[in-house]
Amino acid sequence: MNMLIVSGSPHIHGDTSVKKIMYGVVYAMIPAMLVSVYFFGLGALRVLAISILACLLFEWVIQKYLIKGPLTINDGSALVTGVLLAFNVPSNLPIWILIIGAFVSIGIGKMSFGGLGKNPFNPALVGRVFLLISFPVQMTSWPVPKLLFGCQALTDAITGPTPLGILKGGLKMGKTVQELMTEMPSYVQELLGNQGGSLGEVSAIALIIGAIYMFVRKIITWEVPVAYFGSVVVFTGILWLIDPMLYVNPAFHLVTGGLMLGVFYMATDMVSTPLSSKGMLIFGLGCGILTVVIRVWGAYPEGVSFAILIMNAFAPLINMGFKPKRFGEKVIEA
Amino acid sequence: MSILKTFKPGGVNPAENKLSANRPIEILNPPGQAFIPINQNLGAPAIPLVQKGDEVKVGQLIARGEAFISSNVHSSVSGKVLKIDNVVDPSGYKRPTIVINVEGDEWVPGIDRSSEIKKLVTLSQKEIIEKIKEMGIVGLGGAAFPSHVKLMVPDGKKAEFLLINGVECEPFLTSDHRLMLEKGEEILIGTSILMKGLGVDKAIIGIENNKPDAIDHLSGLAENYDGIKVQPLKVKYPQGGEKQLIKAIINREVPSGKLPIEVEAVVHNVGTAYAVYEAIQKNKPLIERVVTVTGRYLSKPSNFLARIGTPISDLFEKASGLPENTGKIIGGGPMMGKALISTETPVVKGTSGILLFSEEEASRVPVKNCIRCGRCIKVCPMGLEPVLLAQLSEREMYTQAELENVMDCIECGSCHYTCPSGRPLLDYIRLGKSKVGQIIRNRGKK
Repeated sequence: MNMLIVSGSPHIHGDTSVKKIMYGVVYAMIPAMLVSVYFFGLGALRVLAISILACLLFEWVIQKYLIKGPLTINDGSALVTGVLLAFNVPSNLPIWILIIGAFVSIGIGKMSFGGLGKNPFNPALVGRVFLLISFPVQMTSWPVPKLLFGCQALTDAITGPTPLGILKGGLKMGKTVQELMTEMPSYVQELLGNQGGSLGEVSAIALIIGAIYMFVRKIITWEVPVAYFGSVVVFTGILWLIDPMLYVNPAFHLVTGGLMLGVFYMATDMVSTPLSSKGMLIFGLGCGILTVVIRVWGAYPEGVSFAILIMNAFAPLINMGFKPKRFGEKVIEA
Repeated sequence: MSILKTFKPGGVNPAENKLSANRPIEILNPPGQAFIPINQNLGAPAIPLVQKGDEVKVGQLIARGEAFISSNVHSSVSGKVLKIDNVVDPSGYKRPTIVINVEGDEWVPGIDRSSEIKKLVTLSQKEIIEKIKEMGIVGLGGAAFPSHVKLMVPDGKKAEFLLINGVECEPFLTSDHRLMLEKGEEILIGTSILMKGLGVDKAIIGIENNKPDAIDHLSGLAENYDGIKVQPLKVKYPQGGEKQLIKAIINREVPSGKLPIEVEAVVHNVGTAYAVYEAIQKNKPLIERVVTVTGRYLSKPSNFLARIGTPISDLFEKASGLPENTGKIIGGGPMMGKALISTETPVVKGTSGILLFSEEEASRVPVKNCIRCGRCIKVCPMGLEPVLLAQLSEREMYTQAELENVMDCIECGSCHYTCPSGRPLLDYIRLGKSKVGQIIRNRGKK
């Protein structure tokens, strides 16, 4: 017989792996991808393909020629970033801008810190916010979704504002929330995805289906979504009760903009969020409050990306401050 | 059936693989040569009482446990002492071992080898503790802590519950399961002896729900015993950990760094209860134990009643031979067991099973970057942060590791088991524990 293998316990390993988790996230995003292609046609397909290919390419090049480490593009994480970046931009975004976004996401957002697991910020959001600040016009001209599947012209699509954009602009001009609601798609349309916006954010239903899949597969846990949604609902609810003319109701906040996308697919990103249950709750709470502050009082109509990135920066501090409860921890008697 | 209880936080559910669950305990003949280490317990080694050339009988005391935490060792065979030499034991180190050439099977007089069940317990509390010590009984769940020490409640403390561990949460192992099915009455008598020794009137036997036959069997028998009841538990590893079992059954948390007696509980294994029965009622020292021999490639996974000191190669032979592709031999279960370095390693008091893995099963998954998913924290039954402890140990930041309660780690391996990046978290934490342990001991000396 050959030599015996000797190693420390445990001698068996569970069936999770980085690859399974990452591809699980990709599968969860399939419904939202399909909806985006349904509403935005070939434009969406083009954005998805370019974004994914560019992210994979940049990761491969950097890993091979700069880091000179083992190939990592098949672990699925660059694929996740690719899809998420595509989800965060309008379907008519010029290709060259998208490629810059992919470069910033993978190059600056992820690989410069040492690759998967080392990045303090969500890579796709780093790319998205970079583009939003650098190319504000291209990043906020939203094609109006088509109701029927069709080959949409790539260059001369009709563009229009997002519901959150209508709201912010309208309020500035002194209109009331009630007046503005008449200019918007119905809640049902918004739930299905028939609203202006970036690829992945329009259909709450598709995002929820994917999220349920991730819950079942235990890829994401309840803490961040509950704290994030909870704080948004409570905060906007209070404002709405104070003055429904000036502040829109919580339901509107839930189904519009990038909230669903942000909560389920980006604020739950393992790498850039806190580790413990308590830490995740604090993280979600902070994201919710910041999102509402930016949406209601900030310069941008939408605040999800900024909120998550800001809270990403706090993750190490939260990790230090909010430890899991130790077993047998001495209870201090009052 | 009452509601299933379990512990929290943490825990994992590895595939059970109880391949030998339906195989009755087979009695294994004494080996040709027995290797009996003088240190089979947690604590100090025993002092040998025999020399080269001495004739010994089965059940004869051959090494005495002198220290407070130590345990007597008896000969499990009859024959002539060949030598006292350093032999590789399950720890992987060469340690002093009494090697006996076996001749016949002659027992010392006074040991009752019949299968007649003796219910009446005549010994007093003090006599019980003394006898358990004399008979060399140690915890048979794996840790091999001298059992009599656990019965001696320190001054100022008191015990309320005796908990009997029939959990057997390690995958593959079935020795406790078989024992509960085949020696149920004896286990209950042993339990009532332990109750008397400890001075408590309540005992609870915890059994996981994947052994419904054992739960039914012992529950039925327990009706005839005052104060003993069976508590079914939800399957979750590491429920057989002492602190986890106490949490699961009576919902008390043993404080960090303290013993179970702090929450007025004492835990013994079902195997120990059986050994106690044999020691007290049958005058039989701990010279044999049930060992599960198992593995996916073994054609006949089995449960053997083997003499202490039997080389494990004897067990493979009886279980239809060591598979060709064997890559790793584990003493104990796959989660906490130790990889053995030799097929001639002897069975010791703490050997609950021998598990054979093929080379493929034995190889670890490749290590990737930590993705900070926090799964290790979620599954840690001690509420620790394995990812942090492993990092601190890796970077030799031992002071910090101590502050993060590294010494609370029970080495259950749930963190490494569950890590999607396959990081050897427990390897690092073990290293950190040993360094921090050194630091703490040195501090005590000053």
